[in-house]
Amino acid sequence: MTDSRPVLTMTGISKSFPGVRALHNVDFRLFPGEVHALMGENGAGKSTLIKVLTGVYGIDEGTITLGDEQVAFSGPMQASAAGVSTVYQEVNLCPNLSVAENIFIGREPRLLGAVRWGEVRRRARQLLTRLDLDIDVTAPVASYSLAVQQMVAIARAIDVQARVLILDEPTSSLDATEVAQLFRVMRQLRDEGIAILFVTHFLDQVYGIADRITVLRNGTLVGEYPIAELPQLALVEKMIGKELDVLERLEEQPRRELAAVEGGTPFVAVSELGRKGAVAPFSLTIHAGEVVGLAGLLGSGRTEAARLFFGADRADRGEVTVNGKPTSLRNPVQAIEYGIGFCSENRRAEGIIPDLSVRENMILAMQAARGWLRPIPRRRQDELVEQYIKALSIRPANPDVPVRNLSGGNQQKVLLARWLITEPRLLILDEPTRGIDIGAKAEIQKLVVQLSDGGMAVLFISAELEEVLRLSHKVAVMRDREMVAQLDNDDTVDAERVMQTIASGSTRKEASQ
Amino acid sequence: MSTTSLTTGPRWARLPRRHVPVLVTLALLLVMYGIGVSQYRAFSNVQVIFNVFIDNGFLLVVAVGMTFVILTGGIDLSVGSVVAMTAMVSAWLLESGLPALPVLIIALLIGPTLGFLMGCAIHFFDIQPFIVTLAGMFFARGMCTFISDSSIRITDGFWTTMAQYRIGDPRGNFVSVSVLIAFAVVLIAAYVLAYTRLGRNVYAIGGNPQSALLMGLPVGRTRIAVYTISGLCSAIGGILLSFYTLSGAPLIAVGMELDVIAAVVIGGTVLTGGSGYVFGTVLGVLVLGVIQTLITFDGSLNSWWTKIVIGGLLFAFILFQRLIGIRYK
Repeated sequence: MTDSRPVLTMTGISKSFPGVRALHNVDFRLFPGEVHALMGENGAGKSTLIKVLTGVYGIDEGTITLGDEQVAFSGPMQASAAGVSTVYQEVNLCPNLSVAENIFIGREPRLLGAVRWGEVRRRARQLLTRLDLDIDVTAPVASYSLAVQQMVAIARAIDVQARVLILDEPTSSLDATEVAQLFRVMRQLRDEGIAILFVTHFLDQVYGIADRITVLRNGTLVGEYPIAELPQLALVEKMIGKELDVLERLEEQPRRELAAVEGGTPFVAVSELGRKGAVAPFSLTIHAGEVVGLAGLLGSGRTEAARLFFGADRADRGEVTVNGKPTSLRNPVQAIEYGIGFCSENRRAEGIIPDLSVRENMILAMQAARGWLRPIPRRRQDELVEQYIKALSIRPANPDVPVRNLSGGNQQKVLLARWLITEPRLLILDEPTRGIDIGAKAEIQKLVVQLSDGGMAVLFISAELEEVLRLSHKVAVMRDREMVAQLDNDDTVDAERVMQTIASGSTRKEASQ
Repeated sequence: MSTTSLTTGPRWARLPRRHVPVLVTLALLLVMYGIGVSQYRAFSNVQVIFNVFIDNGFLLVVAVGMTFVILTGGIDLSVGSVVAMTAMVSAWLLESGLPALPVLIIALLIGPTLGFLMGCAIHFFDIQPFIVTLAGMFFARGMCTFISDSSIRITDGFWTTMAQYRIGDPRGNFVSVSVLIAFAVVLIAAYVLAYTRLGRNVYAIGGNPQSALLMGLPVGRTRIAVYTISGLCSAIGGILLSFYTLSGAPLIAVGMELDVIAAVVIGGTVLTGGSGYVFGTVLGVLVLGVIQTLITFDGSLNSWWTKIVIGGLLFAFILFQRLIGIRYK
């Protein structure tokens, strides 16, 4: 299988965007008849590598060889004509057209300019039979499930004598049975000799289908490994980029006692809360004064879970009780009324309004909670803003500068202040320390401890395990959009244990029900 | 009709969804015709139906062009003005002594040229079709008054022949040449939409322009083509109108674009694009025509009742499409 010559070789690929080096000297090989997983965290350069390969972006340095020829595609169409086809995460089909037409549109068999519909249908059936798919090819593609649509997209991709099939996160919106169906098709194509490049965030799926793995981190190549030589734990280490012993040597902080805050009615308790395609049903309780950490890789469903708590997405199953009373969190306004605040992961896009002043940004949530008809008196505004600028040591300590002029860490603090002013009873912090400097990071961590000591419940999301462990009473571990474990943060829990849980999902321990 | 392109046999399980809007329009048309026949004895005369076609032939042709545009999810507001401009230019050129053939050629070139330019503006500068074609509408209407601010009579032999020539059966029922031309346009358009790549690309773009682009379809070329086609249909419509009225008038066909859009939507074409048939548009035009005829037969009703009924129907149909669309998801 892998003893033959590679069908595709990328050598020394570099690609920069203004201010960002997306890929640096990356090598990649793909052999006929293999499923090759391309792994890495968000921003590791997977998408860029694929886009460089298919000609969406040009290359700064390096060469791509397909078969015996050096190639540089001008775009996905040319790549596909040369036998390199891509199926994207979002199914790119026309929902109103039939299955058969979606497979062949743009290259329909014709006679004197007229589309030969009989031939289109016949060949579509033939192609789908090859994929073991028995569906009515004349029905509109929208009438089938996402998995079937995904396969129709694959059928379209392989019709043009594909040698290389790129599947860019094809499984992210499929459920387990649909994934199995897709894998069957992938194995079939692999056995026919097609080289498949498979990108996914789901570790299980990699070990379920891939033959080899290439790991990228921060735009550089970490390595290429046969699947048997890279156990899951090692893969996670390579993706995150820290050796276990390094993590173990981290300074031990005094543990935060779970028993001290648990007991009595939880402020928020959810049971079997879930949303199809976003996060599998999970149960979690958060008490007043408790910090619950959500750990997991990027894309493991942490943010999705948090959004359910805030009503930003609506759960399609499960129950929520706030202060012991059953309710449903349908929208953020309702969540704010219950005293739940949400500091978004993406502060630029979803939180901070760059052109408004520090004062205006801070007052925003409180004003929204009061209703726009009852303006907050200027004196009260000044008081609050001054108080929080001091408490969070926001610099410059001038409430009237536009927030855009502040550093990332200070912007994060302004966003935090916005929610703190509303005196929430549960504050959800989604990656509050990402991309800010060490000093600001420490200040924010200190603040979280102070707040929880003062009785506020906190749901703390971070990719940095040390941080989660230092702050949390309880750690919930997310993996592949599922909550795989809840660990009391006692002496038995350390970064290695959490990392193992992320990697294997096996150390399931039901804490604090 | 060749528009049921992918249906191999009587598959009732699936037939409704795609064809329901057209079938509803057909049912509506039959009901209205039934009302007419039961109320007025003369209504059952075949000539009544023929007259609907004679009176609305130009509208039908323009509506066919509009169907192309709406199928891509666009809109063309310029059609009424282009119809008027074509008629005006023809009348003016004939008055100045040019023979019929060159006049026809020139008149038939103006509409598609304007449509092509509007399509280019929409595609290359990524401007809303609504605004671009609104500008086209003002431009064409302005050109009409620029040529003459009063109407110009047409006395040319070819034109008068076309206006008066009757194609009929022995019992005296007849249609005009315009009706045959309109039918030809309908058949060609139906064929193009069902059997050519251009036609299929029109549906694909209406379904999901982003996907169409990623599937490698010539989205830009197709967009420009549909506005050019709409321009050509408006030009043909303008010629047919000048056959019908034997004149060019600067203020004729004002607001016609709205009637045309109404006919296309009532004919089952979804305004967001991707779904609809030329055959439905024929039915839509007939619905408008039969409403007019009914109100004329009544005699006591103000002709503005036509607008009121069309308004009500349009609203009902858009609501209906929306409901189907929701169920579709």
